[in-house]
Amino acid sequence: MGTAADSKKEMLALDGKDPGTVRRKLLEKYPPKIARKRDKQIVVNRIEPDGTVPEIQSNVRTVPGLISQRGCCYAGCKGVVLGPTRDIINITHGPVGCGFYSWLTRRNQTDPEASPDGHNFMPYCFTTDMQEEQIIFGGEKKLRQAIQEAFDNFAPKAIAVFSTCPVGLIGDDVHAVCRDMKEKLGINVFGFSCEGYKGVSQSAGHHIANNGIFTHVIGTDDTVRAGEFKINLLGEYNIGGDAFEIERIFDACGLTLVSTFSGNSSIDQFANAHTADLNLIMCHRSINYVAEMMEKKFGLPWIKINFIGAQATAKSLRKIAQYFDDPKLTERVEAVIAAELPTVEMAAAQVRPRTEGKKVMLFVGGSRAHHYQELFSEMGMRTLSAGYEFAHRDDYEGRRVLPDIKVDADSRNIQELEVLPDADRYRPRIDECRAGELAAQGLQFSEYDGMMTEMVQGSLIIDDISHHETERMIAMFKPDLFCAGIKEKYVIQKHGIPLKQLHSYDYGGPYAGFKGAINFYEDIDRMVSSRIWGYLKAPWQKNPELTAKYAFE
Amino acid sequence: MRKVAIYGKGGIGKSTTTQNTVAGLAEMGKKVMVVGCDPKADSTRLLLGGLAQRTVLDTLREEGEDVELDDVRKLGYAGVMCTESGGPEPGVGCAGRGIITSINLLEQLGAYAESQALDYVFYDVLGDVVCGGFAMPIREGKAKEIYIVVSGEMMAMYAANNICKGIVKFAEAGGVRLGGLICNSRNVDNEEEMIGAFAAKLGTHMIHFVPRDNVVQRAEINRKTVIDYEPRHGQADQYRQLAGKIDINENMVIPTPLEIEELEKLLIDYGMVA
Repeated sequence: MGTAADSKKEMLALDGKDPGTVRRKLLEKYPPKIARKRDKQIVVNRIEPDGTVPEIQSNVRTVPGLISQRGCCYAGCKGVVLGPTRDIINITHGPVGCGFYSWLTRRNQTDPEASPDGHNFMPYCFTTDMQEEQIIFGGEKKLRQAIQEAFDNFAPKAIAVFSTCPVGLIGDDVHAVCRDMKEKLGINVFGFSCEGYKGVSQSAGHHIANNGIFTHVIGTDDTVRAGEFKINLLGEYNIGGDAFEIERIFDACGLTLVSTFSGNSSIDQFANAHTADLNLIMCHRSINYVAEMMEKKFGLPWIKINFIGAQATAKSLRKIAQYFDDPKLTERVEAVIAAELPTVEMAAAQVRPRTEGKKVMLFVGGSRAHHYQELFSEMGMRTLSAGYEFAHRDDYEGRRVLPDIKVDADSRNIQELEVLPDADRYRPRIDECRAGELAAQGLQFSEYDGMMTEMVQGSLIIDDISHHETERMIAMFKPDLFCAGIKEKYVIQKHGIPLKQLHSYDYGGPYAGFKGAINFYEDIDRMVSSRIWGYLKAPWQKNPELTAKYAFE
Repeated sequence: MRKVAIYGKGGIGKSTTTQNTVAGLAEMGKKVMVVGCDPKADSTRLLLGGLAQRTVLDTLREEGEDVELDDVRKLGYAGVMCTESGGPEPGVGCAGRGIITSINLLEQLGAYAESQALDYVFYDVLGDVVCGGFAMPIREGKAKEIYIVVSGEMMAMYAANNICKGIVKFAEAGGVRLGGLICNSRNVDNEEEMIGAFAAKLGTHMIHFVPRDNVVQRAEINRKTVIDYEPRHGQADQYRQLAGKIDINENMVIPTPLEIEELEKLLIDYGMVA
């Protein structure tokens, strides 16, 4: 702050445009009440000397009529958190569409050979296919039958049931059915009341998934696996193979990965996740609940890390080494960084002449809009504006605001589990004194500073961006690249701007870790350097033979 | 064809009143169909001489798509056609959705077609209008006129007032109207005057005051309407009168539901003073 370089950056933050004018243009077409609400969700970034940032309203209901990017509670629970686990049979209890359209759409990858039984149910779609008859007479019988059939045909270790909207409306007791079937079949069967209408976005589904997996799976197996420096990776979903690259790096460093929630995961790993010594949180929004509950019940501390971006990866590895404080590990981590980083930096240098100064906007997810800024800055690209779909204030402003977050009725509807230390298995991994020492060295436990503290002053933060605002932003700034999801992709591209999907990575990946960074540089270089977007206008649009105006113009 | 729905608080005597009135209409030579809209499927018991009816939803479930009208419709007392929607057992599924499905199926099967030459269809609907499914008979003009069975007890009047709110909501879209209140007496003090006044406040009339008589119980135990069981009894004449009044009724209104304070005042004025 305060240096000449910073003030230059700040001038460039919104391409030299006045932030007040930009905000006004985004809001001017809204009716007054909507404009008032959106006004609190569109904030110009300002980092005070004490590190605080402006308050941004988030995790509130989308205004009906605005086209939102958000998904539903069921999508958050089944699709995001539990979808990537290969050996749980996930049954969607509901009409066939919910199951079908959430089938493999996130490009989560998995390695079935990593499990001795080779189970992989991810390529299958399981649903009870509720019909009108089940709506009228109740769907519990058909659910019971579906669980039985899944068990008979596949002999899985576990079956999970996900409730869709109509299940909540007619009141099927999925939990009772799961309890019965668990007893009958002798395998773990558990249900989630993650009806799509719950909460304001998919975020509610993440919380419900966290509660369920914590209640029914974590800590059910006390086997301590061999290996040094045991860690869990939380909030990593192995999109496009990200987890494989992170696992490669962990192996190289000599770290033992007990479980990942939930990229390339198996239910067995969840079951003894509590035997690890450190939780690493990647996507804070979707998984912080599990980390907090594990800390309370088993004494595992957690730190926020990020493996998106080569520098961020190196920094995260150093944090882990710092925690374990073992010279051998530190040496190995440094050796890995020294071996990997130059190649990545060389790749960045190669694309930089074409990517330097290019402008990008990211409106996606609950952590992705933050993490990918790392990769873009490594390529010399500038993030003009960013925002999350479903994050809460702590993901924007940092966890320091947690005590001030107003818990509204929508959030109260989502169960908050009461967790107490486990009588036998609670074991604090570090004492307060050591935690204080590490904090003094810069290793913060249970802390996330949020996206805004790491963004340039004067850049624009927009929560739950609407379609209208998206089009206005494009018209005002003509960014070189837009990052969002499949629902936005083709609308944006019709404006002549390439869109990179950061939910599914389009067809690419991995983008995490060192090798992933190189893939990302290359893919983005191809997108922003392509000349195809210049040909989007047809010749007759550029030079029409006839011109006319609408009467209202 | 006149399409009539009977509503009222649970246990007020909707099914009994409906079937006795229908028996009266049938005696007059009218061709009537009764559609029971209660998952318990007991709306046509007195006309059929017992719970002998296979419900529309059970049939649909067992036979699949291949359902014929005669599978779900039985002839009862004096040629009255009886159907029961049916539905789930208590505490399971969605009974409201069942009624929607059932009425749609009856329509598709031509139960209401001109070839059936019906004079009346009566919908006997469960208790309060708890959700969209139970409003089905008054939505989209499935029923055009509504009679509310009520007594001088506070909760019955409260329910009747709530049903009127539902009628107002659907009156514009579906063209449904309130035909009157049927007072099924519970021997409350000043009952007839009070329901008369209540009806006036709602903008309608009390179409008939049905006195309380134990012959109704005796007929029910014998699975019969009073008209069928003891045709010469005075109570049978009461139902005949009600049927006659409905047959010539032209007093169709959009009701004006009362505020709760107004309703309470009515009870105090008529109940307490006496």
